[in-house]
Parts: sequence; C-alpha cells; structure tokens
Amino acid sequence: MRSEPVVQVQALVKRYGPKTAVDGLDLVARAGVTAVLGPNGAGKTTTVETCEGYRKPDSGTVRVLGLDPVRQSAALRPRIGVMLQSGGVYSGSRADEMLRHVAKLHAHPLDVDALIERLGLGSCGRTTYRRLSGGQQQRLALAMAVVGRPELVFLDEPTAGLDPQARRATWDLVRDLRADGVSVILTTHYMDEAEQLADDVAIIDAGRVIAQGSPEELCRGGAENTLRFSGRPGLDVGSLLKALPADCSAAELTPGSYRVVGKVDPQLLATVTSWCAQHGVMPEKISVERHTLEDVFLELTGKELRS
Amino acid sequence: MTATGTYTPKPGAAPLPRMIAAQALLETKMLLRNGEQLLLTVVIPTLLLVLFSTVDIVDTGAGEAVDFLTPGVLALAVMSTAFTGQAIATGFERRYGVLKRLASSPLPRWGLMTAKTLSVLVTEVLQVILLTVIAFALGWSPQGSPVAVLLLLVLGTAAFSGLGLLMAGTLKAEATLAAANLVFLLLLVGGGVIVPLDKFPSGAQDVLGLLPISALSDGLRDVLQHGAGMPWGDLGILAVWAVAGLAAAGKLFRWE
Repeated sequence: MRSEPVVQVQALVKRYGPKTAVDGLDLVARAGVTAVLGPNGAGKTTTVETCEGYRKPDSGTVRVLGLDPVRQSAALRPRIGVMLQSGGVYSGSRADEMLRHVAKLHAHPLDVDALIERLGLGSCGRTTYRRLSGGQQQRLALAMAVVGRPELVFLDEPTAGLDPQARRATWDLVRDLRADGVSVILTTHYMDEAEQLADDVAIIDAGRVIAQGSPEELCRGGAENTLRFSGRPGLDVGSLLKALPADCSAAELTPGSYRVVGKVDPQLLATVTSWCAQHGVMPEKISVERHTLEDVFLELTGKELRS
Repeated sequence: MTATGTYTPKPGAAPLPRMIAAQALLETKMLLRNGEQLLLTVVIPTLLLVLFSTVDIVDTGAGEAVDFLTPGVLALAVMSTAFTGQAIATGFERRYGVLKRLASSPLPRWGLMTAKTLSVLVTEVLQVILLTVIAFALGWSPQGSPVAVLLLLVLGTAAFSGLGLLMAGTLKAEATLAAANLVFLLLLVGGGVIVPLDKFPSGAQDVLGLLPISALSDGLRDVLQHGAGMPWGDLGILAVWAVAGLAAAGKLFRWE
C-alpha cells in the first residue's frame, strides 16, 4: 500500500486572529487509513479542513491527490468525501432524502438503499434530521461522505459520542473502504480507534506533528515494555538480572509477583522462562504489556489525551 | 487490484444541470415543508387579500378594493419568498453547516446560488397562481402589459434576494430570523402593500417611496390597476437595490 501520497502538507501555518491553530505542520498520508490523533484543540480539524479546501493556509503548501484544495477545488471535490464533525444536513430533511440528494450530485454513486441498510439508517423512516439521535446523525454524515464513491474520505471524529455498537459499525465500514482501495484520513482522540484502524498514525500536539508511524512503530519506538510473571515468593532477583540484557530491570513487586522492564522481545521472554526452568520455578500468569499509543502520547507530550 | 468491491472508487461529478435541478428541487421541498415559511409566503398574503378586499377596513381610494390590493399582495408575496423566507432558511443552513457541507460537494457555489434562485422563482410562480385565482374570484380586473409585470417581479426578486442573502450571510441565524420578520412587518405596513402611501405625511412618503417594496407595489399597481406603460421610475429603484444588494451579498457573504 506504500504508493503516491494522497495528502501532502508542508510547513502549514494557520492562525485565527492572535491564536495559532496550526504551527508549521508537516504531514504525508499515503493510501490506506491514516489517523490524525491528538487532544482537543491540537489543530486536527483545522488541518483536515485545510485539506478539504475550507481554509486557506496562512503559509505552507497543501496537496490532496496532487491538487491544491483551494485553487483546484472544482477538480478535487468530486474525488473526495467529507464528513464534518457535526451538522451538514437540512434540519427539515429526512435521512434517506438527504443521502439520495448527495448521491445525485455524483456521476456513479453507491446503491443508496444498500448503504442505508448497511448503516442501519432504515429505521430513521420519515423522521427529520433535527429529531434523529446523535448516532443516527453521525451515521448519516458518514454515509454522505462515501456515497459518491470517492478516492479519499475525510472523517472528522467519526465516532465521537457513539455507543459501542455504532462505533463498531463505523469501524467495519472504514475497514471495508480500505479493503476496496479507498484512502481514509480520520481525526480522533480515541487511542483504540487509531490502533484498530490505522495503517499510519500522526500524533498532533499544539499545531504540529510530533510523531508519525504505524501503531506498532510508535509503540515500539523508545518506549519500554513490561513483562510480569508470578512464582513462589523470594526468588533471587539478582540472579535473574544477571541473565537479562544490561538495560533491563527486574523486581519483586509484592511477594511472588515479579516485573521485568526493558525491551521486551521473544528473546527476552525465552531468557526469563529458561532462567525459571534452571531454578525450578513454574512461572504462572506470565504476561507481556505492550505500550499503547496512550502511553506514547503521554511520554511525548506529558499530557493525557482525553483531558 | 483488479477485483471491484462495493466501495471501489469511481468518482465523478454529475452533469451540472442535473445537480442544479436536484438542488433546486430539494430547496423547494424544504421550503414547502416548513410551517413558518408557509405562514409567511402563503397564509399571510392570502388572508390579507381576502380580508381587506371583503371588509372595508382600509381606505384604498377610488375603485374596487381588490384592484388596489392585488398588486400590493403580489409584491408582498415576492418579498416574503425572496427576502424573508430566503434569509431565514439560508441563515439556518449556514448555522447548521449545510452550506459548508455542500461547498465540498461537486456542486459549485454558483450552482448552489442558482438553485436557490430557481427555488425562489418556483415558489413565486405557485404564489402568483394562487393569489391571482383568489383575486379573480374576488372580482379583480387587471389592466396593463404582462411584460411590465414580469419585469417588475423579476427585478423585485433580484432586489429582495440580494438583501435577504446579505442578511443571511453576515448575521447570526437567530438575528436573521428576528430581523427578517421585523423588516417584513415594517415593510408590510409602510411599503404601500395594503396602506396607500399617500396616507403617510409627505416627507415620509418621499423616503418610503424609495424602498424596494414600495417601488414594487407601486409599479405593479400603476400597471395592473391603472394600465400604465413601463413604470421606469420604479424599475430604476428596484434595479439600484438589486445591484447594491447582490454586490454587497457577493462581497460580504460568509459561508460558515
């Protein structure tokens, strides 16, 4: 999937009055799913809306599918699908009516009935938009973003405020889009969403990308992992430490409960278990704690994501 | 990837005429579904026409009351749709991100504005049909040239659309709602719609005569009641409002 970039942002700066929302941001997104992750106010929406052609950069360049989103908007708009963070629908329109309307603006739209079924919008019936539940409104906005069969879809916090079931349905659709060759840029402040869906994650804080890579790369990079096991109390931790690579630490946290901190890889696991075998210890409840994006974010920024 | 999935990209804009027609149809549906809008565009003009033609409340001068009132109510109908209705609807579309979302669809902005204008014109045609049928039932006997009437209605629509969009594109939705209704009420009373302008003091008459609603109702009355030729003065006033309003709206309109 490593092909031409679908989005290329270089040194983007965007200010609103005295406030700098985006401060020299660089971002390259390729085919697949790219998650833009960051706390509220980090500049996610401003960045995405600049890519969608809504905002003119104060400086820097933005290319989407090779086009300038402001000057080449007419050529770009049919090729992208946009889900705004909220709204975007006539308050007096019905869900199917609005979706059919957006479909009519495109040359080769998806089958609207199938999409309505897929996203469970059939139950909306004749209810007008303003009386739909928040989840129904979100799913309609998602449907509107994909109905035109775009090459690239922008989803701004697609699952904010959704119940777990609706969230899953959205995730499944994003996976299907990816499988069928649609690229997706989504903003989120949910770690698990980025870990579950994204080929690539860009972590944004204070208007800049502070780290980018696959979820695995980001979780591996620099961060130390933890291995825990239980055994009989009072094992010789000093002897274990000698068997381990130099940059590891080991400790008995509570009697019979041991923790090894370091670069946890298959070799380390083998070292620990063979040390146990040599000492006639049956390690119980052995577990490896992978670093999550949440930890990575905390390490990079010193901030909680959902503050 | 050779296999084609459900979502395999196949982007493209629909042909422009199809997009604009679809947009105009949706806008018209939204308008006709909205109760408050129908009150403004249908119920109030109809009630005024029927009430004041049959009950002698306002002194409408010599001749049949319906011959005086119908041109005024037609002018009111144009104002209710092109100005009040359009301002309120567009203000809330802007507030709820509808204009923003459509701005990233294949429909160009000028296409959206064209569709809005078409929707206003369709609504006006329906209003004119309804009001003329009622007026004929009340004994209306119109004079003059249909071409002059059409020209007045079109220029009036342009003038009111410019002002309505200027309001919708610059004020908050709630402010637009309040202001558009207030202006509707003030112009209904002071714009020669049901109250003849000569009932006002002469100084006020000169000023009120320059309002777009006065120019439209006066021009329509000259033609339809008195059988006058082209009412150039009133057409001129409407043209000035149209150019100024549309230019200001074009410059100051904010999409979100």
